[in-house]
Amino acid sequence: MSDPMAEIRASFFIECEELLESLQDGLQMMDDGDTDSETINVVFRAVHSIKGGAGAFGLDDLVRFAHRFETAMDEVRTGRFVPDAEAIRLFFACADILGDLVRAARDEETVSEDITGPALEKIDVLVGLEEEEEEELDFTPATLSFDLDIGGDLGGLPNLPDLPDLSTFPTASETEDEITEFSPVGGAKGFQVIFKPEDSLYASGNEPLYLFRALRDLGDISVVCKCSALPDLDHLNPDTGYLSWVVTVHTEEAELSVREVFEFVDGLCLLEISPLSGRAPAALPDLPPAISAPATPPKPEQAAPTPLVPSPPIIPDIEMPNAPAAPVVKSAPIASVSDDAEDEFSLSSPNATSGSTKTTGTPTQPRATVRVDLERIDRLVNLVGELVINQAMLSQSVAEAGLPPNSPVSTGLEEFLQLTRDIQESVMMIRAQPIKSLFQRMGRIVRESSASVGKEVRLHTDGENTEVDKTVIERLADPLTHMIRNAVDHGLESPETRLAAGKPREGHVTLTAQHRSGRIVIEVADDGAGINRERVKEKAIEKGLIPADAQLSESDIDNLLFLPGFSTASAISNLSGRGVGMDVVRSSIQSLGGRINITSQEGKGTTFSISLPLTLAVLDGMVVRVADETLVVPLNAILETLTLTDGDLKALGPETHVVQIRGGFVPLLDLGAELGYRSPLDSYVGGIVLLIGQEDGNRAALAVDAIEDQRQVVIKGLEGSYGRVPGIAAATILGDGQIALILDPMDLVSQASGRTKIRQPQHSLVG
Amino acid sequence: MSLEVLAVDDSRTMRDMLNLALSSAGFTAHLAEDGVHGLEVLEDIEPDVIITDINMPRMDGFGFIDAVRSEEKWSRIPILVLTTESADELKAKARAAGATGWIVKPFDPAKLVKALQMVAG
Repeated sequence: MSDPMAEIRASFFIECEELLESLQDGLQMMDDGDTDSETINVVFRAVHSIKGGAGAFGLDDLVRFAHRFETAMDEVRTGRFVPDAEAIRLFFACADILGDLVRAARDEETVSEDITGPALEKIDVLVGLEEEEEEELDFTPATLSFDLDIGGDLGGLPNLPDLPDLSTFPTASETEDEITEFSPVGGAKGFQVIFKPEDSLYASGNEPLYLFRALRDLGDISVVCKCSALPDLDHLNPDTGYLSWVVTVHTEEAELSVREVFEFVDGLCLLEISPLSGRAPAALPDLPPAISAPATPPKPEQAAPTPLVPSPPIIPDIEMPNAPAAPVVKSAPIASVSDDAEDEFSLSSPNATSGSTKTTGTPTQPRATVRVDLERIDRLVNLVGELVINQAMLSQSVAEAGLPPNSPVSTGLEEFLQLTRDIQESVMMIRAQPIKSLFQRMGRIVRESSASVGKEVRLHTDGENTEVDKTVIERLADPLTHMIRNAVDHGLESPETRLAAGKPREGHVTLTAQHRSGRIVIEVADDGAGINRERVKEKAIEKGLIPADAQLSESDIDNLLFLPGFSTASAISNLSGRGVGMDVVRSSIQSLGGRINITSQEGKGTTFSISLPLTLAVLDGMVVRVADETLVVPLNAILETLTLTDGDLKALGPETHVVQIRGGFVPLLDLGAELGYRSPLDSYVGGIVLLIGQEDGNRAALAVDAIEDQRQVVIKGLEGSYGRVPGIAAATILGDGQIALILDPMDLVSQASGRTKIRQPQHSLVG
Repeated sequence: MSLEVLAVDDSRTMRDMLNLALSSAGFTAHLAEDGVHGLEVLEDIEPDVIITDINMPRMDGFGFIDAVRSEEKWSRIPILVLTTESADELKAKARAAGATGWIVKPFDPAKLVKALQMVAG
């Protein structure tokens, strides 16, 4: 096994991320006006648990910050401080810093005190806490080491008898209270401990025997039990402690070590510790019994285990020497001293029953989860991909063999197909995780960017539990960050402008995720001023991106934002202005097989909509033939397929046709011509078209020669070898071993529409 | 002596650490995520000693100890409280709730084992 502490450490950082998530959630709820104590508790607990774990790993910076943050949250929890909006903003900032500290600790980096210091000072001032004295930080982190084999050590120790064999001890005639046969070693180092438990000691679950054993770890001991306070059985109250002990410990250790043994029972007993001297030991003082003889009969079922010592009614004091060869080692519970007495006293000994009914199965574990190396999952995903290809090949062979559809092979294959699909879905689910973590990071982006440009912005999120492939989530972080900053920086107006426009001071950015027709759609919407299209167009002409006389629809203008080198902000702001433009955002989305769209309404706001495939590995496709080439069109892009009749087609020019579908017109694209396989046909009557739908509602008809099949295909990326090919998303291997290209129909349509636009602006294909 | 220990803590890291410390010492560790879960686990096993965190969701440590102590068959099981505070107030509170002793986090595994031996042999 690899280093268990390293594993726990890694797991701790994963847990921290979860705790930071609940921290954010809780603060968000508090920000939304939730004052429920459990909400505040969740926040407190998150900080508290991070501190606890950090302490165990000696992460001092993290502990220090978490401790102060926790103290502030404790003020809130106990109601001594009621946070207002400003306080909650500060808590958010502290949560962000706490996250930074966690990640810095994980990556073995440090976070500057310039960041942590001011936040802590603010929080102390706000909550009304004095800056803490160093000494109050008695939470000293102790780095743990598990090298010592404690179990082995214990095994080497001699067994201490649970109780001495009474038969070897004096009988009833010798009932002296005082200890007489105690022979101290002259000048010996050590302590004499006088110990008289109160009843509460037993009630709290403490057990003198174990304390003596702990004392024995310090050195040789001898124990004398003083039993004279024990009444006869008729008067014995099992809830009362009648016994007291004098323990002599021969040890080099300091008194503190002895005292530590009694830490848990401090206040629950009479305890006197005195150093051993050369002179004779003090006689055991006459300790009064805690309770005199009971008025009520004993209740055996509530009996304390220790005070019960069986008859004879008068018990001698017992010396329990610490010799390995001590008489009679009994593994039975301490109350049952001898076999004769066992029957009488078994009731009062809970350990007696617990010992025999113990379940020795596997230890109970919390909800079962396994952490798996991502590489292993990816290998599984690849294998499932191969399985899908294999299954396709098998299907093809079976089809070619001409077996009847009800043959066992065909029905078996049908089941195989279903199973393959189930396996593929299950495997993809392993990789999927809620998009929540990504959305939460955006909360911080909004807070920081709004603060830096002096705007008041509130982030709303919806659909946080939508599950998305892990890789997609990771690769969405940068584009999404940029879009959020854009929304805050360019999308939303300043508070003054908003007020003048009759809007609330506070701007809103809404982040939503949802599944829509087999894809994930993520929207970033602001309620700002909307795109100033005049300004965008001017800028594009100024930069030579479009001709001065270009006729563009509103959506065409909006899409200019995605052109490389476009920036509308006259002064480059330190937020979103420099370097990365929306063109980079678009290409990152496209590299994920996704698309991005803008819709904007003047005065109302702008919405960016990203549409992504559910998985990056397999897709449902329609296999089509065009000019003797086999191509795959993603099924989720196809709205319907139709055969064209003469009446459906309208020619707008020599090479431009539209298809009339239920009263609307949709531009026709010849797939063969678009991909350069052939020249445009003279007539498309009788041809087959695939109706393609885009997220923005625009449609196009793709003319193909034949539809061959509909099946799952495994995506094999082309970008590694060929870079991005316009109109082509990827490639796949078909059942017959042939390679087919997978189309990106939307890209194809935009490419075509771009060309058409410049040539024939009056017939905008997507307008 | 091998002990069977029930450790209740809502922090996975802390559970992992307790598990490691306890199993390194040759003890059998049973783990639970909070008080409610702890009581469920107690239905199946009879530990020699219980270790519990205080601040937990659903049922906190005080509620858990209370529930354990009020159940006759569990009333004598030694219970150690895990806490980051060594404040006397907290000790008093833990004791009032019926705890046998306490362990201050972050714990030293050797001290944890010693504390367990002090209350459960």
